[in-house]
Amino acid sequence: MGLEFLIYKAILVLIVFSITLLVATYSTYAERKIAAFLQDRIGPDRAGPFGILQPLADAVKMFMKEEMIPSVSNKALFIIGPGLCMLTACMTGVIIPWGKSINIGGTDYPMQIADVNIGILYLFGVLSIGVYGIMIGGWASNNKYSLLGAIRASSQMISYEVAMGISIIALVMVTGTLSTGEIAEQQHGWHWNVLVQPLGCLIFVICAFAETNRAPFDLPECETELVGGYHTEYSSMKLGLFLFAEYINMFVSSAVISTFYFGGYNMPLIGRWVHDPNWLAILGFVFLFMKIVGFIFFFMWVRWTLPRFRYDQLMNLGWKILIPLSILNLVLTGSWMMRHEIMAYFAK
Amino acid sequence: MITTYLFYLLTFLAIMFAIRVVSTKNPIHSVLYLVMTFFAIAGHYVLLNAQFLAAVHIIVYAGAIMVLFLFLIMLLNLNKETEPHKSVWLKTSAVVASGLLLLVLVGALKGASTIQATNTFNPNIGLIENLGKTLFNDFLLPFELSSVLLLSAMVGAVMLGKKSIK
Repeated sequence: MGLEFLIYKAILVLIVFSITLLVATYSTYAERKIAAFLQDRIGPDRAGPFGILQPLADAVKMFMKEEMIPSVSNKALFIIGPGLCMLTACMTGVIIPWGKSINIGGTDYPMQIADVNIGILYLFGVLSIGVYGIMIGGWASNNKYSLLGAIRASSQMISYEVAMGISIIALVMVTGTLSTGEIAEQQHGWHWNVLVQPLGCLIFVICAFAETNRAPFDLPECETELVGGYHTEYSSMKLGLFLFAEYINMFVSSAVISTFYFGGYNMPLIGRWVHDPNWLAILGFVFLFMKIVGFIFFFMWVRWTLPRFRYDQLMNLGWKILIPLSILNLVLTGSWMMRHEIMAYFAK
Repeated sequence: MITTYLFYLLTFLAIMFAIRVVSTKNPIHSVLYLVMTFFAIAGHYVLLNAQFLAAVHIIVYAGAIMVLFLFLIMLLNLNKETEPHKSVWLKTSAVVASGLLLLVLVGALKGASTIQATNTFNPNIGLIENLGKTLFNDFLLPFELSSVLLLSAMVGAVMLGKKSIK
């Protein structure tokens, strides 16, 4: 725990933070381009070649807009809301193993900021805190539509957290650890968890959609019923932060899905051609990133394909379908793990 | 050394936030200060190397229970104007009762520093492997009983929530 270690970790935090922001920025561009592609349009193409400077133009627009705080709103909480949203969105990146450790001059430099032995629980803690940003923002706006949007968002997130938690418990039973680093390490070669836990993976992905408030679960900002949802009263960069937090959440959940179920930084067969561990580590980072980009594309693909749920459909799906399914998954996993004991019992 | 400083910082924060919980007029602020208090206490758990307890504390208290409280308060729309005024007698008796509780606590903790620990303390008990093994080996019956208690509470809540029982 020397000074060197602290400096290394600080640099790593900075790198992960900036990569997160960069990817989230360009996700907005990708979203527009993919929407355009799926709807047979061209999409943004004015700012720079292929419209590649579009996020920059968006940012300038967001910053330049007039800042409005409703006079009756609770000012401090109104400002804290979007900040809290961004904070919780950025906090999850800490436990994701971005690659194996790189060895420089005999010292191992791990590409994970904190390999805590409660990694999954930390993730849950951050997720459950994520509700506060939206709730505080919606309430402080002092607007019925905002409040309704905030309450919808938080009840949706709480409902889907349950199914997500149970599906993850099955994963923890299979892997036998709560540390994300170990989970990624166990999935070398073809040992991807999605092959062991297909149902759990499906439930987790659906819940991830609901947790990020992405379509078809974007009821909190359902403009036909709620004007604009929890950010109705927000303008300028505060609105920008709310929207931006959604993209960060999308990036982080793609990273979490890749790490938990799709092998993380592992890629089958790569060990045959590449033997140098440092190159393997760098390639692992590239593979993880490819998986993340694939999942971000999947998120967008779904958004522009499926219509939004009705609110009662959303609650039915969460409580009456996903939770029983995840409990079934838990029971099946448990009985598969205890199959020898059960067989021995019946053979007797 | 640094843990001592952290301990005092967290203690200070926990007490300050706890005071703000009771001293603010706005119930929403009160709930948010309570959440901050929970965070400070979770920090204490981390200092005691009980990471599992810290994470579960945040998930259950800050993430679930306090969100429900916030829900209720937001939906009821409680604020300063509608707050009921309590009589002087009630206030006086509350002060006397809490003063007596303080006296009892101070009296109980006065000699605490001189007590010698008789059981050997395992500093790694808070880590999740050790905690799980302890819970499922040494304390299996109380653990299962508490789960039955939670189940019965859940069934009771569902029963109360149903409009009519067929």
